[in-house]
Amino acid sequence: MENFIIHKAATRGLANHGWLNSAHSFSFGSYYNPDRMNFGVLRVLNDDTVDGGRGFGDHPHDNMEIISIPLEGDLVHKDSMGNEAIIRKGEIQAMSAGTGIYHSEFNKDGSAPVKFLQIWLYPNKRNVTPRYDQVKIDTAERNVFHQVLSPNANDAGVWIHQNAWFNMGKFDQGAETTYQLNDKKNGVYAFILSGNVTINGQALEPRDGMGIVADSLTVKADTDAEILLMEVPMEL
Amino acid sequence: MKKIEILTICAHDGILQTIKRLINNNELWNSTGAIDIQEAIELAENKDFDLILIGSGLTAADEHELESVLATRKNIPVVKHYGGGSGLLFGEIHQALSGR
Repeated sequence: MENFIIHKAATRGLANHGWLNSAHSFSFGSYYNPDRMNFGVLRVLNDDTVDGGRGFGDHPHDNMEIISIPLEGDLVHKDSMGNEAIIRKGEIQAMSAGTGIYHSEFNKDGSAPVKFLQIWLYPNKRNVTPRYDQVKIDTAERNVFHQVLSPNANDAGVWIHQNAWFNMGKFDQGAETTYQLNDKKNGVYAFILSGNVTINGQALEPRDGMGIVADSLTVKADTDAEILLMEVPMEL
Repeated sequence: MKKIEILTICAHDGILQTIKRLINNNELWNSTGAIDIQEAIELAENKDFDLILIGSGLTAADEHELESVLATRKNIPVVKHYGGGSGLLFGEIHQALSGR
């Protein structure tokens, strides 16, 4: 049986902190909508724009799998594990907060804004040892999905403490593909980065989100498009 | 108006202080912190709490005991906090207090 829910871009919670503009697909910070708490273990999907030279100062996290995907510009990351890194467009960062970490993230550029997705998944185990990972993602080949995250250390992309798989892809207008789930008990949250897309018959626009529980997805690009698929367990 | 009393247990003192500060920013809430299960149970024996928030760094056995002692015996809702005093905190508390 197929179930789905669509979160139109304009219905997301908006937060304007001056230096930070964020659109929250799910309840976050002062945006609280009891009907928008999570999709399975996917708890946070923040679409952030940070002004030049600004960022998030040192702050703590625990017991969360935190994924950052730059869409425009570069981020400077520092954390209490001693990691210092620049995360660029075309890379993905994963952090297992576990028993607790402190980190900061700043726009590397002094003037141009940086845009990135901040995604949080509940971990499959509490209080793991904190860890950090960052890899390049190659989505150059068009009209196919590329895996950028999985539960397996030896698989493509970063790995996390959760039975989840992320895929990204750029599609030409008219291209159609099918996504088969890695675990049939999972659901998929599709986030449209750009363009117009139809998934399992539902028309979606830029920054729309669609949560789907189905055996497979049929994805059709109605215009040139870029898509992020997040396959996640539906049970917390 | 009586404040909502929240007992927060977290083995990571820095994160505990952050969570307490964020909770206490809401004038209707008051957070008391405990660094381990013994301190938490002692506090709960001597003060009425409306909500127990379990942070990071406790063993699974400690978390289970807290839920058993505080949720079952004293009938206080227990919530496992995720994220470390971040954007999820208020949603977790609102949900727990509304019984959703």
